[in-house]
Amino acid sequence: MSSTTAQQAAAETQRGSRFSFSLGSVLVEARALVALAIIIVIFAALNDNYLAVSNLTTIAKDVSFNAIIALGMLMVILNAGIDLSVGSTVGLTGAVAGNLFRGVDLPLTEAVMFPATWVIVLISIAVGMLVGLVNGLLISRLNLAPFIVTLGMLYVGRGLTQVLLGGTNITNELRGQEGLGNTGFFEIFASRPLGVPIAAWVMIAVAVVFSLLLTRTPFGRWLYSTGSNERAAELSGVPIKRVKTRIYVLTGMCAGMVGILQIANIRSSTADLGEFYELNAIAAVVIGGAALSGGRGTVRGTIIGAFVIGFLSNGLVIVGVSPFWQTVITGAVIILAVAVDQIQQIVQRRRAQARAVAEARRVSEQAERDRDSEGKEAAGV
Amino acid sequence: MSPAEETGAEPSTPAATTAESAPTADRAGEVVLRAVDISKTYGVTRALKGVNFDVRAGEVTVLFGENGAGKSTLMKILSGVEQPTAGHLELDGERVELASTSQAVARGISIIHQELNLNANLTVRDNIFLGREILGARGIDYRRQAEITRELMDRLEEPVSPETLVQDLRVGQQQIVEIARALSTDARILIMDEPTSALSTSEVHVLFGIIRELTRQGVAIVYISHHLEEAIEIADHAVVFRDGELVAAEEAEHIDLPWVVHTMVGRDADYDFRDRERRHGDVALSVQDVTVADPSTGKIPVDHVSVDVREGEIVCLFGLMGAGRTELMEALAGRDELAGGRVTLDGTDLAGRGIGDRIAQGMGLVPEDRQRDGIVQMQSVGRNMALASLRTWVRGFFLGKRAEFSSVARTISDIGVKTEGPDAPIMSLSGGNQQKAVIGKMLLTAPRVVLLDEPTRGVDVGAKGEIFSLLFDEADRGLGVLFVTSDVGEALTASHRIVVMSRGQVVCELDPRETGRDEVLAAAEGTVPEHARTSATAGTSGPAGDPESTSRTSSTSTTNGASS
Repeated sequence: MSSTTAQQAAAETQRGSRFSFSLGSVLVEARALVALAIIIVIFAALNDNYLAVSNLTTIAKDVSFNAIIALGMLMVILNAGIDLSVGSTVGLTGAVAGNLFRGVDLPLTEAVMFPATWVIVLISIAVGMLVGLVNGLLISRLNLAPFIVTLGMLYVGRGLTQVLLGGTNITNELRGQEGLGNTGFFEIFASRPLGVPIAAWVMIAVAVVFSLLLTRTPFGRWLYSTGSNERAAELSGVPIKRVKTRIYVLTGMCAGMVGILQIANIRSSTADLGEFYELNAIAAVVIGGAALSGGRGTVRGTIIGAFVIGFLSNGLVIVGVSPFWQTVITGAVIILAVAVDQIQQIVQRRRAQARAVAEARRVSEQAERDRDSEGKEAAGV
Repeated sequence: MSPAEETGAEPSTPAATTAESAPTADRAGEVVLRAVDISKTYGVTRALKGVNFDVRAGEVTVLFGENGAGKSTLMKILSGVEQPTAGHLELDGERVELASTSQAVARGISIIHQELNLNANLTVRDNIFLGREILGARGIDYRRQAEITRELMDRLEEPVSPETLVQDLRVGQQQIVEIARALSTDARILIMDEPTSALSTSEVHVLFGIIRELTRQGVAIVYISHHLEEAIEIADHAVVFRDGELVAAEEAEHIDLPWVVHTMVGRDADYDFRDRERRHGDVALSVQDVTVADPSTGKIPVDHVSVDVREGEIVCLFGLMGAGRTELMEALAGRDELAGGRVTLDGTDLAGRGIGDRIAQGMGLVPEDRQRDGIVQMQSVGRNMALASLRTWVRGFFLGKRAEFSSVARTISDIGVKTEGPDAPIMSLSGGNQQKAVIGKMLLTAPRVVLLDEPTRGVDVGAKGEIFSLLFDEADRGLGVLFVTSDVGEALTASHRIVVMSRGQVVCELDPRETGRDEVLAAAEGTVPEHARTSATAGTSGPAGDPESTSRTSSTSTTNGASS
């Protein structure tokens, strides 16, 4: 008996939760969506090519690169952390992949080894994860500040990229050679299944996996709770250090994937690949409604945030705004997004307060009237 | 600069207080501060509903009320921390607006806050004069400040050097610094919000002496405390708050404990589980010679402590603040490493196991500071309660949401958490219900032993009884309970056995059925022989004989185990 009522209650609340949950996040996301709509309408009106298929494909690619990294960034931001090294990691994985295509000189022998394409891809992504693992271990085990650790790693990663490339770009080798068995890189990683760039497919896959991870697994719950109150999570038996380490491995993995996709996209491994990616990713996460103090943020919001940035910067290019002003406008939009979020919260709080005051006044007036009438009755008696 | 200059002269007067306040002394009993129809709303919560309240010169007005009854809100309004939503204040019959604490201080109203508001990295002197520095020809006059600080601390019988850093003081001493700061403003109206929560009994007596001295000088005191008996002792006049309203006001001679509790709760909420049947099984948790060291200070907060908890047994760890209780609990829970000793649960050595492992093994902690360590503020009641047992609901890769929801919903109704449902934000609950949710989180893990650190802190009287009743019900089903308290009443009425700790060591074990309050308190004061005698003579009753020796005889866990 009691279990059925409990189940009913659970079912009801589950329904309730879906409703209230979406209501809360819709408010935040609606803002980003409205911004996105405004951006699209304005630029579509200013330039006919803005919504052309070729331009949309370009936007999709740019958005995807940023979104994949931003999804990794979302993980660390949910934990009240930050990862500034992702841009460098993109460059580093690109450089590692390029060097592997160039062949590995085996020590003590005359031989040069050419790994297969899929091996190169896996090794490169693994390098990204390794960078993340180092970040994660330093942050979780030594209790170092994420900002400092990943800032250091930003330099280390960029430096290693330059060391690996030795001042030249790797371009032709990426094509591979039939005889070496390392062909097919561009054919796969610059392809467009169903007319959609592969990067967009990867973004969708990452979004689905991360979304399930965040909403359907204990890991997701642990992540949200450590971001909101780490001490309480720890005392509830949440393995806070393991959670922390893993999220940096995930951001490293995302950066690694983008490194591969980008060198396929620009058909070259260059030393400046991925510069400022970390900042674009943070901006996307923040525009998507996440709190840098941790515990709040969604996959959906982050994707929308990436779209806002992508459509905005492409639109500015296509209508011919000077690159200098592009930077200014992008920065202003980021600040505006966060400011609007705060203003909205303040307004909501004020409204609630005003309602409560009105209610209090009504009740006290009522009480006064009651007292008066009581007084009259008493006097009458 | 102006507030500093303005108040710069004031602190120089503590010695002259008697002379200056002589006129006010004549006015003893007169209303100096009056709150008229004060209402206050926070968001949608109505903390105060049209309260009328008088403060009289030379009298101690005690405020009683459960948590959230509106006492602290009213005090914040009286001291200028908050402004009323409706209504106004009258000082000496004149309408006043107190827009800030410094305005209140300038008008002679000072408050000692419930939370310690000291800067730990500054000295005692700098804390006392923070924001009201005495300026001399060459900047701050440290000599003068130190002199006054020394005078104040001597008067409070806590002669610490003015140059001591506050972080090096015991919590009780810090509270005294807080009191000294309020005294230094030379207030005519002094508000004390829980001033004794960190004080030992002897320190409380000193404080009461000072309160008496101040009232003789005509100072009006407003006093709030959860220690009801203590507050009754000092009261000249009492008012009781319930749900944001002032429901009763009485003179001291008509006040006693049953009246206070009855008016506060609206019903008699007395609990006493001493006579409940007890069924104790085998030893579940065994703590042997546990020592905890604090590497940062080199101190040893827990020194060779041994205690056993049996199945179905409720053991109370009694001690004053700083006795090492919290450190012991956190070490048992697995947060801190042991410097020595052994902890076993059902015979399994827990050495090297983390918090999560220990919870899986069957032992978890309900921490003392609920806001800091207990709840995840941004999440719902259900998510908070589920947090420690998520693994049990995993099917394949994913959480079985239905299983989770039904378990959580069942626990909510079993333990009586008053909430709109598992999806209500945890912050929407009252303190007592938040605490129940945190306890529920541990009960959901199907534990063998639950550790609770001050389980009724910040919980109102009604909910206290409910929380203990819940623990006793679980104990009947075989749960072992080890809880920490500094409330003697709780120790005596809600446990099977009292283990008294002082300065990191177990002083003695007592049987609550054969022990009086004085005995427990004397043991906790640490210096057992002398203090036991002084407090026995100073106290009301106190059984004859040396409390230490009587306690030792009834101490060993075997005697309690035999009662099953």
